[in-house]
Amino acid sequence: MARAHVITTVNGDPVEFLCDTEQTLLDVLRDELHLTGSKEGCASGDCGACSVIVDGRLVCACLMLGVEAQGHSIETIEGMAGGDRLHPLQTKFLEHAALQCGVCTPGFLVAAKSLLERNPDPTETEVRYWLAGNLCRCTGYDKIVRAVLDAAQEMRGG
Amino acid sequence: MQYEAPESVEAAVRLLSGGGPRGRVLAGGTDLLVQLRAGVITPQLVVDIKRIRESREIREEDGMLVVGAAVTGAELGEHARAKSMWPGVVESAELIGSTQIQGRASLGGNLCNASPAADTVPALVAAAAECRVAGPNGMRRVPVEDVCTGPGQLSLGDGEFIVAFELAAPPPGSADAYLRFIPRTEMDIAVVGAGVNLSLDESGRCTAARVALGAVAPTVILAEEAGAALVGTECDDSAMEAMVAAVRAACRPIDDKRGTAEYRTKVAGVLATRAARIAATRAREAR
Repeated sequence: MARAHVITTVNGDPVEFLCDTEQTLLDVLRDELHLTGSKEGCASGDCGACSVIVDGRLVCACLMLGVEAQGHSIETIEGMAGGDRLHPLQTKFLEHAALQCGVCTPGFLVAAKSLLERNPDPTETEVRYWLAGNLCRCTGYDKIVRAVLDAAQEMRGG
Repeated sequence: MQYEAPESVEAAVRLLSGGGPRGRVLAGGTDLLVQLRAGVITPQLVVDIKRIRESREIREEDGMLVVGAAVTGAELGEHARAKSMWPGVVESAELIGSTQIQGRASLGGNLCNASPAADTVPALVAAAAECRVAGPNGMRRVPVEDVCTGPGQLSLGDGEFIVAFELAAPPPGSADAYLRFIPRTEMDIAVVGAGVNLSLDESGRCTAARVALGAVAPTVILAEEAGAALVGTECDDSAMEAMVAAVRAACRPIDDKRGTAEYRTKVAGVLATRAARIAATRAREAR
């Protein structure tokens, strides 16, 4: 069968790609668009390493077909830093050593960004619940939660 | 695999009843994509219903709440009117999965995945929700409890799909609640789920009650005798005891890694009691 032709927006840029209908959005991002920041951990929506934002909504790219992206707006980890300037969440993850092996980090950053866009002043409990779909086997989560709370404070101007 | 994203109910029915390979309906995809990836299903046709307006919107029609089959848990949870009309249905949807899953998972998908442990289904059954089912012969209404016939099995015919759910305007003094038991605080599959929807008159006497249970039988069940045990009472301790006895009598669970049949039967009574108390408290506040 002919490959599907999809027109979408990725990190603010218009993007066209061809894909097989079986390919997930994650397959397309990594293998067709060579945006390899989003990771495949479980491929079943459990680990959050492939977290992306679609039309303002946090989702797992492994649970969406690439063809479903037609006409939608997708934000990935590659769109997070402004050129050479890291996003405050990225800076705080480094400061707090909120990563070790790094595989979960893009997903955590995208998920945390989505949280702070909706709730600029979350409690620790709210951070932990929001990020419950992102698994990390290195850090024990505490440093991640502290980094997110610290970034939130900085982004509020405090 | 052929992928189609029709923009009308009629076009979706044409695709699903086109005489070709039987298609699979795609809503949020949180179950379907996992099954595709695992090779559990290998459909030749997938029909995405998310571009159909009726499947994607929440609206009120003559006081009734109509929730599209592909409306996400997050959207339902953010809908103040839905939450005030049917708090139990909304809390059941919000219990499912992580933030990421909430951004995609839908009522229609949760029902049609046909798991006995689906969280929204006991709440929808307790709420006496009806499905708007579109098919080659037009639209028909099907009570939610009649959709699943066994694990992974649906009563829907060829070419049929669920477009939306209808939830009647709750009468004054009515409310619902849903509780489930899982061994941790978040993101797990129900060991038992219990949905209760009841109405109280001005004196606090129960005039109607529906109790539905998940994960204690091959499908979600409506425990009619459990609801009947509450009607005419003030939902006091002795009425609750009678309700619990009827709940436990209705349970036909299996033993599995999540819990034994005996344990599930016990927990079903406990959860139904707690859900009934929450529903009764809400019902008094709603009056």
